[in-house]
Amino acid sequence: MAIAVMRFWSTSVGKKMVMAVSGVVVFGFVLGHMLGNLQIYAGPEKLNAYAAFLQGNKALLWAVRLTMLTAVILHVLSAAQLWLQGRRARPVAYHRQELVVTTYAARTMVIGGPIIAAFVIYHLLHLTTGHAHASFVPGDVYSNVIAGFQVWWISAFYILGNLMVGLHLYHGVWSMLQTLGASHPRFDPWRKRGAIAFALAVTIGNVSFPVSVLTGLVP
Amino acid sequence: MDLDSRVPSGPLEEKWDRHKFKLKLVNPANKRKFKILVVGSGLAGASAAASLSELGYQVEVFCYQDSPRRAHSIAAQGGINASKNYQNDGDSDFRLFYDTIKGGDYRAREANVYRLAQLSGNIIDQCVAQGVPFAREYGGLLDNRSFGGAQVSRTFYARGQTGQQLLLGAYSALNKEVAGGSVRVYPRTEMLDLVVKDGRARGIVLRDLVTGEVRSHAGDAVLLATGGYSNVFYLSTNAKGCSVTAAWRAHRRGAAFANPCFTQIHPTCIPVAGDHQSKLTLMSESLRNDGRIWVPKTPGDKRTPGQIPAEERDYYLERRYPSFGNLVPRDVASRAAKAVCDEGRGVGASGLGVYLDFADAIERLGEDSIRDKYGNLFHMYAKITAEDPYKIPMRIFPALHYTMGGLWVDYNLMSTIPGLYVLGEANFSDHGANRLGASALMQGLADGYFVIPYTVGDYLASAGPSKVDRDDKSFKDVEAEVGERVRKLLAIKGEKSPDHFHKRLGKLLWDNCGMGRNEERLKKALEEIPRLRAEFWQDLRVLPDRGEELNQSLEKAGRVADFLEFGELLVRDALHRTESCGGHFREESQSPEGEAIRDDERFAYVAAWEWTGPDSEPNMHKESLVFENVSPSTRSYK
Amino acid sequence: MNFTLKVWRQNGPEERGGFDTLPAEDISSDTSFLEMLDIVNERLIEGGKEPFAFDHDCREGICGTCGCMVNGQAHGHERGTTLCQLHMRSFRDGETIWIEPFRAKAFPIIRDLVVDRSALDRIQQAGGFISVRTGAAPDGNAIPISKEKADLAMDAAACIGCGACVAACPNASAMLFASAKLSQFALLPQGQPERWDRAQKMVAAMERAGFGYCTNHGECEAACPKEVSLRFIAQLNRDYLRSSVTR
Ligand SMILES: Cc1cc2nc3c(=O)[nH]c(=O)nc-3n(C[C@H](O)[C@H](O)[C@H](O)COP(=O)(O)OP(=O)(O)OC[C@H]3O[C@@H](n4cnc5c(N)ncnc54)[C@H](O)[C@@H]3O)c2cc1C
Ligand code: HEM
Ligand code: HEM
Ligand code: SF4
Ligand code: F3S
Ligand code: FES
Repeated sequence: MAIAVMRFWSTSVGKKMVMAVSGVVVFGFVLGHMLGNLQIYAGPEKLNAYAAFLQGNKALLWAVRLTMLTAVILHVLSAAQLWLQGRRARPVAYHRQELVVTTYAARTMVIGGPIIAAFVIYHLLHLTTGHAHASFVPGDVYSNVIAGFQVWWISAFYILGNLMVGLHLYHGVWSMLQTLGASHPRFDPWRKRGAIAFALAVTIGNVSFPVSVLTGLVP
Repeated sequence: MDLDSRVPSGPLEEKWDRHKFKLKLVNPANKRKFKILVVGSGLAGASAAASLSELGYQVEVFCYQDSPRRAHSIAAQGGINASKNYQNDGDSDFRLFYDTIKGGDYRAREANVYRLAQLSGNIIDQCVAQGVPFAREYGGLLDNRSFGGAQVSRTFYARGQTGQQLLLGAYSALNKEVAGGSVRVYPRTEMLDLVVKDGRARGIVLRDLVTGEVRSHAGDAVLLATGGYSNVFYLSTNAKGCSVTAAWRAHRRGAAFANPCFTQIHPTCIPVAGDHQSKLTLMSESLRNDGRIWVPKTPGDKRTPGQIPAEERDYYLERRYPSFGNLVPRDVASRAAKAVCDEGRGVGASGLGVYLDFADAIERLGEDSIRDKYGNLFHMYAKITAEDPYKIPMRIFPALHYTMGGLWVDYNLMSTIPGLYVLGEANFSDHGANRLGASALMQGLADGYFVIPYTVGDYLASAGPSKVDRDDKSFKDVEAEVGERVRKLLAIKGEKSPDHFHKRLGKLLWDNCGMGRNEERLKKALEEIPRLRAEFWQDLRVLPDRGEELNQSLEKAGRVADFLEFGELLVRDALHRTESCGGHFREESQSPEGEAIRDDERFAYVAAWEWTGPDSEPNMHKESLVFENVSPSTRSYK
Repeated sequence: MNFTLKVWRQNGPEERGGFDTLPAEDISSDTSFLEMLDIVNERLIEGGKEPFAFDHDCREGICGTCGCMVNGQAHGHERGTTLCQLHMRSFRDGETIWIEPFRAKAFPIIRDLVVDRSALDRIQQAGGFISVRTGAAPDGNAIPISKEKADLAMDAAACIGCGACVAACPNASAMLFASAKLSQFALLPQGQPERWDRAQKMVAAMERAGFGYCTNHGECEAACPKEVSLRFIAQLNRDYLRSSVTR
């Protein structure tokens, strides 16, 4: 068993699958997180109650946190190792190379990852622990969010971070399907469309929060 | 020189089985003590190497390409014949045998051809088992198409890439043996000589094309599967690296060269566009199923094809051969094209081309159906010529394509040097004076998979191990000769590149020993080739002028040097054979209507040439051909 | 037509290389790209200069020997075309053309534009075959195979092993090549007995050869002269995953 796992991990194809599966876990969280946060539009009581419910269930909370943490570690570890392997695979770069079909999203996966990581760290200090928040009130998620987003540059940073997440999602979702071998001529065209829809939904949802606060849509 | 064909006695159908039973066997435990050198990794070489290794022999494989998978067999498009009779249209071993003998204009050995037909079915089975994705019908069974010179549908194919798929099959069989450790492959190596000691082939001397090292490999038997020599004409459908070098070097060491003048000119190739042209591209013969061939009736008509009305067009094949029409065999179609071009009725800028027109077929079947059948060929044509064959008729012209001649071999595929075997296009065996479409692939694989594994064993069992290693003087001497030759080529330091001489030789041969040959021009060529050769050795420039590294100019120079010697033999053979037969057309021997006249009285034999030294004329030996099962008749396609 | 060539010259794997500027003048538009290189080399030789080396053989798009980067694209800019099938009429008169070898750690440069692609052979030798002995085959029609399956296997088998996929991939990954080989056998009934073992072995060989990883850029498919589909990469992934679990 241990040998089989090591062998799996030792190949780029295996690592790529670890990356895909861990990516899915994080994506799942991001989607759920976004849907939960939509309750901002239902007012402070609703959102705060939801947050309290989540915080209240310690076992669930830590299960989710541990899963997330493991996924993120595996994801980052595999990404880093693969990236190094890719660099080694072409030690002398082309003087000129024209890429013709790859997307901006695909090319920015490696830079996008750390930016998202930086965003998440900031985000945790900002809205979870409050260390980076001027008027943090533990428990009052709603006002923390509103107060936070009223500072325009914080909102701008959130928007930027979430656009990056969107890009990562767009390539990530279709790439993950390909990596896990989910391909069939009949639904292949839908993989990219699905990825766009998914990425758009999450990004629009997330970006809508700072935008709504800035435009005063959410008091 | 001993030309014993070793054809077994007995009825045609039983010869091979009886012979197999009589062949000696090598004890399984002893097989691994024998090493067999296989030069060439095309269909013949790869299949032989894999099969011999499976039996337990140690095998070494050599090819000049960077991978065995790139041998020129890869380029075959149309298909491979087999007498499976899957179509229930009356095919049989005998019919395939008969068609092949007749197609070859009765210049091949009956016993060999019959064996080929017998083995053809096994080849298909073997290839299917290897995972070759042959075309299939909707019911899941193998599909067939028809090909020139046959009235049954017996050609198996994999799109327009049959040769590629068969070669990849043989290559995968080879890989399996490489993985098992009993085959070693040496890509990017070129055999430059054969080592013979005490009348037996002992090994080869090669040049490592990457490091330039000249070194020997010793073995108990040597197999040459080095392909054909069409490139002696410079322009041909062969790959740029194809050469006569291996065969020629073996010839100089004592292997007889049979029927070198039997060369095949394929009627449907894309015409030459200019002096820059480096090779010619074949358009599959299958196009003649739907395309109609024509030229304008009046010489020098410069109108575009569309402007020429039907009554001013000459559909000359349909006119001359009403029953076969556009589907006459290759040699007939090629000569007819040459004839109309000689009359000044050729089309295109050079006047060397005829139209292959699909307008009628498109009207009858619709463009989609034509696209379905020939899409990839039309695409290839458009890429090369920048013309759209759906709108403008294709221009085609004959080109050198295949060589029936080759090193002489007996029924066991052994040359006149014991221990030296010759397989595939490199030998002369099965196609007589003209090869039918889709039977070269069949022959290469029959030789490699099903003949050589038996016959080599017989030789090894009786001759025993060679016991001459590469430190022996015989090896060192040949190595020194090869090294000297390389140095000589590098030291000329003249003005002209190897290609310069190759192009001139090619033109000389094409003009004087091409589709139509006559005494006057052949004699002229025979005078000019030695002059060109002398000029080559004085004015050649090889750059870089170093031999100890990858040097493509040096590789070419060596090949051209051999072509310059071999070309002379080709012309000599063509000069001596005053009959017309198959691909060899002597203008002196034709009917008033321009049809070939064969002369069975005087020429029903194989001409096997023996090398007698650089400054003396070669000796010709005859192996007479006996026909017990078919009676030679005049081929008529009228 | 006239062109200026920037050709990569390098004497050996360990030597330093650089671009040489060579004129290619008076070239007919019907000339193929390789013929244009021939002409330039001929002129170099006749002028007493060393020609540059480039690989080629069949010159009709099937052997997979030719190939280099032309203006930053493997086999040049035309889709579904090998370098030997590219013609000069598709370039602009007066254009400067950059010619570089395929670059990857697994493809060491031998000289100038010639690289060593034996790593591709090693992937195949690891398991790219069906272990059937000569003579041991059942009748060709013993196993019917649906036309759809056979055609799909043929799509995969069309790969000519040129290595353009590796060259074009931003990560120098050989996934398209390996997957084409693997899929041909995975799709056919004859390939089933060794299917899972083959997937493990071929992937391991690919790793050993030093190729990069696949992040699904799709550049390989775009550069592939035989337009081998990305779906075969998914097939490889699927087979690898399944074989890792079941083995
Ligand atoms: C364009 C084209 C289309 C064709 N279509 C068909 C078809 O549809 N059906 C059909 O039946 N036939 C066809 N043919 C003919 C057929 O493909 C060949 O006759 C056959 O494949 C020859 O196989 P081979 O193994 O003898 O030689 P090749 O495949 O030519 O192999 C020769 C091998 O020898 C090696 N070699 C040569 N010289 C040396 C040396 N000095 N040192 C080391 N190695 C050397 C080469 O590296 C190569 O590996 C076609 C031929 C051409 C050119
Ligand atoms: C919100 C957090 C993240 C999510 C949801 C996520 C998800 C994914 C997914 C699903 C993939 C695709 C896997 C595949 O191609 O099969 C992927 C790829 C990748 N991720 Fe992340 N990831 C996240 C964060 C990160 C971080 C923090 C890094 C950086 C260290 C990173 C780096 C990468 C890299 C390098 C790739 C490979 C590029 C590619 O596949 O094209 N990701 N990610
Ligand atoms: C604009 C969009 C977002 C908003 C408004 C938002 C809001 C919040 C809030 C209010 C919390 C604190 C919840 C609590 O402490 O109870 C939180 C926690 C968190 N958010 Fe976000 N978030 C956004 C986007 C993201 C994104 C894109 C990611 C990941 C890539 C993310 C990852 C997290 C994580 C990991 C936590 C900590 C959960 C825990 O306590 O374990 N968030 N978010
Ligand atoms: S997959 Fe395409 S690009 Fe890659 S080696 Fe095969 S033919 Fe060349
Ligand atoms: S370009 Fe490279 S990243 Fe994958 S899809 Fe093709 S191998
Ligand atoms: S030279 Fe053979 S594919 Fe280009």
